Amino acid sequence: MRRLLLAAAVLSFTGCMEVEQVSSPDRQAGQTVRRDTAAWNNEPLAIGPKWKKGDRTGWEEQIKQRQLAQHEDRRIYQ
Amino acid sequence: MARMKFLCDAERCIECNGCVTACKNENEVPWGVNRRRVVTINDGVIGAEKSISVACMHCSDAPCMAVCPVDCFYKTADGVVLHDKDLCIGCGYCFYACPFGAPQFPQAGAFGLRGKMDKCTFCAGGPEDDKSNAEFKKYGRNRLAEGKLPACAEMCSTKALLGGDGDVIADIYRERVARRGSKGAEAWGWGSAYGQPPKGAQGGVAPAAPAGGKS
Repeated sequence: MRRLLLAAAVLSFTGCMEVEQVSSPDRQAGQTVRRDTAAWNNEPLAIGPKWKKGDRTGWEEQIKQRQLAQHEDRRIYQ
Repeated sequence: MARMKFLCDAERCIECNGCVTACKNENEVPWGVNRRRVVTINDGVIGAEKSISVACMHCSDAPCMAVCPVDCFYKTADGVVLHDKDLCIGCGYCFYACPFGAPQFPQAGAFGLRGKMDKCTFCAGGPEDDKSNAEFKKYGRNRLAEGKLPACAEMCSTKALLGGDGDVIADIYRERVARRGSKGAEAWGWGSAYGQPPKGAQGGVAPAAPAGGKS
């Protein structure tokens, strides 16, 4: 009976122990969310800027062209 | 590789709040939340009043991302800092960490109860399926997936607010500054930000090196 109580006490104490926290150099901020789709992996709208789905370079090129609308000297060439 | 950034030209901003309105309209931002706002200093002082439009600046080394206890932030391949509202617990750490006050918290109830954080997404939506209703309801419109730029920058009437690939907007701004001649120490606010030029030095002219000293 005494042994049983001792074992129960030991087991109950282990429940109070803290879990050891170890820093991992592999784990960095911003790694948890991984389910977003890249902008260039979308079909372009029927009317609007055009690029091929999955073509990152094409998407970036048309974005850069579109940005020139913010340049008052170059926007007229679009 | 594109790296998305905002840049606001204080010499051009006229405090019209068009960017704020465009953002609210495009993303149907709820009442009480302002993803973008216009900050004015020296209000009413002739010649010294300057305004800039401020929102999330999509930092390269974002402090909000570093302090988030649930790691709900992530960065897209084109450098846009986004977050997952399904993970956010509304603790507010990101608000304290952000130097621009970008994170916004809807007042969801009484006793200061806060909702999940909301901030500028660079019109890039969130982790939900692109252009889906779920994405629009939680994060607003995904204009980048449509091949467009943020509504605030595209709507800016004076083109004070530039948005897009950092290299391109830096080139636009550089040409603009060179044309108007206000560069370096000639620019308004330079002294406040980087200290006053030495006595005797005019404008952007560097002070002469002392005789015999190392240059």
